[in-house]
Amino acid sequence: MTYAPSTRQLERIAYRRRRAVRSVLLAALSTAVVGTLLAVAITGAPGWDRVKTSFFDPEAAAEYLPEILTGLWLNIRLLVVCAALALTLGLIVAILRTLRGPVFFPVRALATGYTYSFRGLPLIIVIYLYAFGIPGLRLQGTPDVLVLGAAAIIVTYGAYLAEVFRAGIESVHPSQIAAARSLGLSYRQAMRHVVLPQAVRRVAPPLLNDTVALQKDVGLISLAGPIDAIRAAQIGVAQDANFTPYIVAGVLFVLLALPLIGVTDWVTLRAARRQNAGT
Amino acid sequence: MVSRYTPVAVGGVALLFAAVTACSPVEDESPTATASSAAADACAPGSLATLTPGKLTIGTDNPAYEPWFSDNKPANGKGYESAVAYAVADRLGYPAANVEWTSVTFNNAIAPGPKKFDIDINQFSITDERKQAVDFTSPYYLVRQTVITTKGSKIAGAKSLADLKGAKLGAQVGTTSYQAVTDVIKPDAQPSVFNNNDDAKAALVNGTVDGIVVDLPTAFYMTGAELDNGVIVGQLPQVGVPEQFGIVLDKGSALTGCVSSAVDQLRQDGTLAVLEKTWLAETGGAPELS
Repeated sequence: MTYAPSTRQLERIAYRRRRAVRSVLLAALSTAVVGTLLAVAITGAPGWDRVKTSFFDPEAAAEYLPEILTGLWLNIRLLVVCAALALTLGLIVAILRTLRGPVFFPVRALATGYTYSFRGLPLIIVIYLYAFGIPGLRLQGTPDVLVLGAAAIIVTYGAYLAEVFRAGIESVHPSQIAAARSLGLSYRQAMRHVVLPQAVRRVAPPLLNDTVALQKDVGLISLAGPIDAIRAAQIGVAQDANFTPYIVAGVLFVLLALPLIGVTDWVTLRAARRQNAGT
Repeated sequence: MVSRYTPVAVGGVALLFAAVTACSPVEDESPTATASSAAADACAPGSLATLTPGKLTIGTDNPAYEPWFSDNKPANGKGYESAVAYAVADRLGYPAANVEWTSVTFNNAIAPGPKKFDIDINQFSITDERKQAVDFTSPYYLVRQTVITTKGSKIAGAKSLADLKGAKLGAQVGTTSYQAVTDVIKPDAQPSVFNNNDDAKAALVNGTVDGIVVDLPTAFYMTGAELDNGVIVGQLPQVGVPEQFGIVLDKGSALTGCVSSAVDQLRQDGTLAVLEKTWLAETGGAPELS
């Protein structure tokens, strides 16, 4: 026998649809009102014309866009490499910090010292130390400043990420390890199969959030000499005394961040749904 | 309250003024007619209204650095600014014997207030801020961009712009130096850009770049005082809006016009170019790259 919804059910569905349409229309209307008010407030300001010519000049934007894009490509490559390596480093350090037993004290102490100092050190100073200090040693086979600057970013962000991972690991209830051990798993196996999967899932949103922050900070590599998107924009600004290139770079960075922010939101939502499953 | 005599007084003054202006053309005529000769007279050789009549007192800092001066002796006529100073003095009708040097610190020279020199030559960049406090002549030097490196670098022996093509160069962001790299040298590799010249210098010392571009005065200072093995590769052709050096005079000095036109003449007849080549490119060790 096929399912035929009752008249009452059909009414219910129709009512829900009407409410949905109504709320979408209302939301669109209120957004339009707010948008118009903002636009009027900004473009109606007495200095708007000057701001428009010095910040929103289409000619300057078109002129410097290719160079900014070239710079942005450097940012993207750096982001991928730095994010992957910083996540790996953070995870390793977090695991080292949670090792138990007196034998591992030096390892724990080193890992703790690392997270304490590199979370405190401003990234700019770490980049200076790496990009200008290390080549100064004049060792054989010193890598390019690009590599050194990337290393500075990785160790700084690795320290933040290590703390996030550690918080995740410690949030897993001790009974989980006890249960795993009583099933005959070694400490390493318990970590690998029981603790870490839960820990990583719990801290996924802050991890991704740090990655978004990392995306902006990879631009600081320009301190070491390479021309990234922001430096390319700065050169444009210096040449034309017009701030439009900065706006162009800013918009590109937002576009670059959007997918990552979207993923973060999705992961957070999914985690929340799973957490509340069955309620 | 207006007194009833006021209109009378105003009228009287007006009449008197009319009378004076009516009579004045006779007296006015001669100065306007001979304006040019009067100006020339004002700059008559050797008869300027100097601090010591018959002598031209020139100020500069002590110590006076190479290659603008030589051996800290401004009076020896060696070094670019010393040579320019004597050329200007000569043009004004003060032969070397009538030139006296006095030591004035850089900051004192551009501070407002009475001056103990007629003219001061000390690598002063002409700026609007400084013009509030002192007079400047027209520029006697346009600052050039210069490539510097360290001994043993692969561009240490470069003789031309073409020799710099394959080099990894650096410069400070937003400067004429950076413009010189991208517009004049156009190297194959992307140049490195630094927040300031100190960062660029550090990268040069570390060998992360083969050479850096700075302006000539900075190049002399860096290679002379800051870098252990600094070498000036050479000066680049003029680019962008260069910084200008001018001779400083007291604010509102009667001599400014004369000294300025003397500098102009020296530029026009090519004397400045010759002196620049002699004292900066050859003796100063900053050869021209082309």
